[in-house]
Amino acid sequence: MALSIRKFDVVIVGAGGSGLRAALELSSAGLKVAVLSKVFPTRSHTVAAQGGVGAALGNMGEDSWQWHMYDTIKGSDWLGDQDAIEFMCRTAPEVVIELEHFGMPFDRNDNGTIYQRPFGGHSANFGEKPVQRSCCAADRTGHAMLHALYQRNVYARTQFFVEWMALDLVRDAEGAVLGVTALEMETGQVVLFHAKATLFATGGGGRIFHSSTNAFINTGDGVGMAARAGIPLEDMEFWQFHPTGVAGAGVLITEGVRGEGGILLNKNGERFMERYAPTMKDLASRDVVSRAMATEIKEGRGAGEHADHILLKLDHLGPEVIDKRLPGIREIAIKFANVDPIKEPIPVVPTCHYQMGGIPTNYRGEVIVPEGGAVPGFYAAGECGCASIHGANRLGTNSLTDLLVMGRSAGMSVLEYLKGHGSHRPLPNDAGENALARLARLDGQQGGEDVNEVRGEIQRTMQAHCGVFRFPDMLAQGVEKIRALEGRMARTGIKDKSMVFNTARIEALELDNIYETARATMVCAQAREESRGAHDRADFPKRDDEKWLKHSLWYKAGDRLAYKAVNLKPLTVESIEPKARVY
Amino acid sequence: MPLDGRERERLRWRSRRGLLELDLVLQRFWSPPGPDLDEAQGRALARLLAMPDNDLLDLVMDRVPNADPALEQVLVRLKAA
Ligand SMILES: Cc1cc2nc3c(=O)[nH]c(=O)nc-3n(C[C@H](O)[C@H](O)[C@H](O)COP(=O)(O)OP(=O)(O)OC[C@H]3O[C@@H](n4cnc5c(N)ncnc54)[C@H](O)[C@@H]3O)c2cc1C
Repeated sequence: MALSIRKFDVVIVGAGGSGLRAALELSSAGLKVAVLSKVFPTRSHTVAAQGGVGAALGNMGEDSWQWHMYDTIKGSDWLGDQDAIEFMCRTAPEVVIELEHFGMPFDRNDNGTIYQRPFGGHSANFGEKPVQRSCCAADRTGHAMLHALYQRNVYARTQFFVEWMALDLVRDAEGAVLGVTALEMETGQVVLFHAKATLFATGGGGRIFHSSTNAFINTGDGVGMAARAGIPLEDMEFWQFHPTGVAGAGVLITEGVRGEGGILLNKNGERFMERYAPTMKDLASRDVVSRAMATEIKEGRGAGEHADHILLKLDHLGPEVIDKRLPGIREIAIKFANVDPIKEPIPVVPTCHYQMGGIPTNYRGEVIVPEGGAVPGFYAAGECGCASIHGANRLGTNSLTDLLVMGRSAGMSVLEYLKGHGSHRPLPNDAGENALARLARLDGQQGGEDVNEVRGEIQRTMQAHCGVFRFPDMLAQGVEKIRALEGRMARTGIKDKSMVFNTARIEALELDNIYETARATMVCAQAREESRGAHDRADFPKRDDEKWLKHSLWYKAGDRLAYKAVNLKPLTVESIEPKARVY
Repeated sequence: MPLDGRERERLRWRSRRGLLELDLVLQRFWSPPGPDLDEAQGRALARLLAMPDNDLLDLVMDRVPNADPALEQVLVRLKAA
């Protein structure tokens, strides 16, 4: 296959909040910027965010970035790097106001300032009392953010390549990143985007789990491409789960349902939360509920044909209460769980929501590896990057903040880099061949493995063996199972070989990324012998700062693990020393 | 006239959304052997898929009424999916 080449100053993969914010910084500076996206930019997964974007504006009462910083560090269970966290919290008000000036229709107070709503985990005066810090645009914050940023990019003449899928990184012998290969869905052509700098903003890979709140596009492509190019992945064992997603479908059932009296039952109809949390029962905190649910399933008391979910019972509340106090829940249950909660319980399961780990960067968005520090010409921001701001657990509304702060910061770092690297590095002779070989293998595969089946196998393995509560025997088997899938992964095949909008081919290529993401997660999770933030192990129930106050780094080659220290030193203020994380 | 095969595939890819709920509805809509679509229905589906995710979800979940008769037929099938 012929490989045509297109040259840009910068190529950005991903047009969600982080990619758009980065692109704006660069296009506004007059650079020639290409932004690639699998879907139209405003249909990126950022559109799903409703809760808001966190920034200590202090519009509702006193607030400070130091308090926001404390909450973020505590939320991260001290695995977050304090320089990056200070940077984000200190910069947040500025980027939120900037977004307001870009035309973001924030909800407002009577005096015209941005209204801020309360959100779990955000406090005033270092944990003393709740504070209202989340800025939102009704329940369409992500949607509004994407539109505001997209329009600014159109004005700044960013060049969008919509319905293009990046396949692999292009690196030279010195390890510098020279761009990406990408597939144009419309034609099936592969093009090499040759750039002076490359920035990944591909979002998370939540689809590695069977039950996930993430849209289908979230297949961890950036993480997969980085891993195949020899870049390690950081802290991939940390994924945030929500206790109640509709089993199989993933659609969230709000925690308000339990607040209104909904109860969780196992297959025997037992209200098992009474055993795990005799006082709070079904209203215990998220992690306690998730852990109890996972334990019931593991011990064979899950409901359903595969004994793999829990039942959320509401019918005792009566139709009036359900319709009045829980609007929308009934329609969601009917549509996505195929049950009417007025008569039957909703099948639910702890559901994956957010990827804390990713491509290792510093707070400037430069990709940093143990072998030589910054990778020349390579940057990452948003959910695919790991700065690490969220450490072992992300605070609500901090992802949108991260997109704006890190998107802009990575953009500024690229500008700085280009001052000293004004020309394109020459492409090596074999540039792009890795991607072409991957495509040729797929197209030439006879009687290959079915992509949907292999994906299902990976997702079920991750859900059962590496879910919200992790057991040593399950993890050990999980590593074996994921490794054993390597052979099937090498033989995936597609029947439709046409060039134009071949969804089957795209899904097969995405599966490679799902696999890298899943494998990194499983291997890191088995190795980390402690519980910290979202990584919750039955056999090591405590955080172990002595041994594990460090970031994991997973290399695809040989499933190798390395570790690096957590940066406990902020940029300008005193360190917040590790202590117990109690709310 | 039935919809051209590649146009069908284009619509199928455009059924990949930012909101999971829509992904799920559209996945059912396309589930094998896939929906019968003629050209006019293809055009209606294309217009629905060009809508912002939140607006399309509101229509599919019956939270807002549909004001455009040309979309009704395909919308009814999406709702039933
Ligand atoms: C239901 C839900 C609600 C949420 N609510 C909130 C909230 O209220 N507040 C908050 O802070 N966070 C929230 N989050 C988390 C937050 O929405 C995400 O973490 C964030 O939007 C991710 O943005 P991003 O820019 O990193 O990537 P995304 O918005 O996911 O965008 C990824 C982009 O990369 C492109 N892409 C991916 N792979 C490729 C490829 N191979 N080639 C070309 N393009 C590619 C995609 O097309 C897309 O444009 C929520 C998440 C969910 C699931």
